[in-house]
Amino acid sequence: MTTRLERTTAGEIVRTINEERHRIGATATGMVLTLIIVTDEENQSDATRAASFSAMEHPCRIITLIPRPGRVDPQLDANIDVGDTMGPGETVRLRLRGDLAEHGASVALPLLLPDTPVVVWWPTAAPDVPSADPIGAMAQRRITDAAASRHPMHALLQRKDGYLAGDTDLAWTRTTVWRAMLAAALDQPFAPISAVDVSAERSNPSAALLQAWLHSALGVPVALHRSQGPGITSVVMHTKTGPIELTRPDGRTGRLSRPGTASHDVPLPRRDLRDLIGEELRRLDPDDTYAEALSGVEIPSRRKKAAAKPAPSADRAKPAASEGRAKSAAKKPSSRGRSAKTAEPTP
Amino acid sequence: MRQAEYSNPNPLRSPTDRRLPRVAGPCALVIFGVTGDLSRKKLMPAVYDLANRGLLPPSFALVGFARREFTNEDFAQEVHDSVRQHSRTEFREDVWNQLAQGFRFVAGDFTDDAAFDALAATVTDLGNEQGTGGNTAFYLSIPPGLFPLVVQQLKRSGLASQDRGGWRRVVIEKPFGHDLASAQELNRVLGEVFPSGSIFRIDHYLGKETVQNLLALRFANTLFEPIWNSNYIDHVQITMAEDIGIGSRAGYYDGIGAARDVIQNHLLQLMALTAMEEPVSFAAEHVRIEKEKVLASVVLPDDLDAHTARGQYGPGWQGGEEVCGYMQEANIPPTSTTETYAAITVHVDTRRWAGVPFYLRTGKRLGRRVSEIAVVFKRAPHLPFATTDTEELGSNTLVIRVQPDEGITMKFGSKVPGTQMEVRDVTMDFMYGDSFTESSPEAYERLILDVLLGDPPLFPRHEEVEMSWRILDPILANWAANGRPETYDPGTWGPASSDEMLARDGRVWRRP
Repeated sequence: MTTRLERTTAGEIVRTINEERHRIGATATGMVLTLIIVTDEENQSDATRAASFSAMEHPCRIITLIPRPGRVDPQLDANIDVGDTMGPGETVRLRLRGDLAEHGASVALPLLLPDTPVVVWWPTAAPDVPSADPIGAMAQRRITDAAASRHPMHALLQRKDGYLAGDTDLAWTRTTVWRAMLAAALDQPFAPISAVDVSAERSNPSAALLQAWLHSALGVPVALHRSQGPGITSVVMHTKTGPIELTRPDGRTGRLSRPGTASHDVPLPRRDLRDLIGEELRRLDPDDTYAEALSGVEIPSRRKKAAAKPAPSADRAKPAASEGRAKSAAKKPSSRGRSAKTAEPTP
Repeated sequence: MRQAEYSNPNPLRSPTDRRLPRVAGPCALVIFGVTGDLSRKKLMPAVYDLANRGLLPPSFALVGFARREFTNEDFAQEVHDSVRQHSRTEFREDVWNQLAQGFRFVAGDFTDDAAFDALAATVTDLGNEQGTGGNTAFYLSIPPGLFPLVVQQLKRSGLASQDRGGWRRVVIEKPFGHDLASAQELNRVLGEVFPSGSIFRIDHYLGKETVQNLLALRFANTLFEPIWNSNYIDHVQITMAEDIGIGSRAGYYDGIGAARDVIQNHLLQLMALTAMEEPVSFAAEHVRIEKEKVLASVVLPDDLDAHTARGQYGPGWQGGEEVCGYMQEANIPPTSTTETYAAITVHVDTRRWAGVPFYLRTGKRLGRRVSEIAVVFKRAPHLPFATTDTEELGSNTLVIRVQPDEGITMKFGSKVPGTQMEVRDVTMDFMYGDSFTESSPEAYERLILDVLLGDPPLFPRHEEVEMSWRILDPILANWAANGRPETYDPGTWGPASSDEMLARDGRVWRRP
């Protein structure tokens, strides 16, 4: 049941939650965190729903702040759901009207659960420096989504400049399935990797993070190429015995092929918001791997730029012409495979 | 095959990168008895769920072995429907199709040499076609009587031989024998073919999640460890109750009974985890050493008649349904003395547990389905209240709930609001997640994944199995020499003799 409070205060909201809880007999709650969502009217419903779904895994209090600035008297309206409809946790949706829109932190602070972690999530636009934001400053974990902002790559570079331990971005979360599959591919013996090509649709912050991560983990040149999408479409790791290739043209099923064995279809779905936020809430400690990848993200490379940093080593075929490198990326691996001298070990 | 020039360890894995799931390496899983109930309802859906969660390697292959005349496609179709019905995660046709590409079926009898040779050829082919690297796990989802036959066939056909590259593992489910002698014999049979590190004994009641929760509660907190001893603890009750009868499992259950089925492995494992000292680390080896120490220090009461109890459910009404008694179930011989309820008392002879009895009970057709460890504390040595004030006060209790509804309940005294001083028991409850069982992996998934990863921390080794039988054998012998178990009404908490067993010690069973 949704309780609606108009022209209310944080104190009254807390009282209402406690009464509601009492009414349904849930006196002890065992909640593990408070999740604050800062968003607009358009996205509040999807974001809150995704978060309540993950509350099944992480019982939490969800506070959705919806600033409605404008030339009206400051006013706080609340929709409160305890139990039932919105999932197992407590959900408070707050509309902050007029000047109050600027003071979300003053509303959120009294609603935080005592002595448990606070997570803040900006599903769309985020502050330039999340940790310096008054609401962001209350949280251990600050979740942003560069891909949802108007200029994704610009947003990602802002994340990089403003990074503080505890920041994370859903663009990074989206790379997990790729990273897991690539790591699994290298669980088997493989010849040294000389270079990597990543292809993705234009201005994809996940691809930029994946590129930076591969570069820092493998220590080889990683080029980013533009494709038609959706999202990331392929990662090719070149070795002297041939390429280890993971492709996903349709945004659902991937195909993994490696020298010496048959290729396999692998599930590589683009995940929805509730999966992503569920993964984010699983760990609340600083994500060092993300920090490292983020620090390696550079200004989006034009095609020429990608071509300008090929591997110096001799075993990498020289591009015939620097333009067209991006286009020929798909063909190259096979020619390299043929010229390979040693065969991939098949145990 | 190891070659130095090929880079290893994996540069894309780092201990600080904890988002990446551990994906099993390339391998094939061979299931014997693949058309059986367990395989259709539990194993195959768990394999699918693992695939759906992206935890199986791309080159994963599964080989079914059974007596039916199936083609590979028939087999895939056959399991498709049961997986669809029983899988925990959403059923996605594309994941299934991808998984089913690696399915093979070999028809044959366990005595049929040719069938095992065909199986060996299939496994070898998969090594090349699918790239399983020869790594193979054998899951024996078959009656334990057939283990020796199958294991010998694996040896004869060369399937079990690790010389051809890759690892070989064998998975067996409880019961691990029916007494000490048969457990030792089973171990000898398995040990002839597989090294002990390659034998995985599965107790599907005891998921890894449960064990880790228990270890975290005990060893990650300062709150409980100081009082985890006989100074504060009065006794411990470990219960696993089922509300169902034996159903169609007469062939398996009759002659085995509740004690062999559940106490020998599940309850004694829970007891060991509750009572053990802090392990040096959570490495498999170290946890096992501590569990073994507990099992080795268990002593039974002298008077087994007074300190054990057993029963058999009779006909009656349970939860609004009329149900038949054990003797009326299909295929139960009229002479059967199999117990469907068993309760035992054991002591752990250590400084920590001196004088603290552990009561273990299990049964079918009891009040409701529950598994829990209840640690019951001593009453305060002095109560500065009038006796009437604390009449309603029981013992403080910490209850660790094992599946379903994993969580912790604490019971303590609290003043009743009002002008009078009255202290009464209240409970406080913590659940690991409201739909824990939905969103966290089911026991079988974790177990299968651990086998494929070669991660053994939870699987008891033969030493533990044999120690458990050493504890149980004298009780079973005593029961066998003393006639029939007492009948109890279905839907109750067991026979009167089990209540008397605790009453003799001045205690009562907790109603779970």
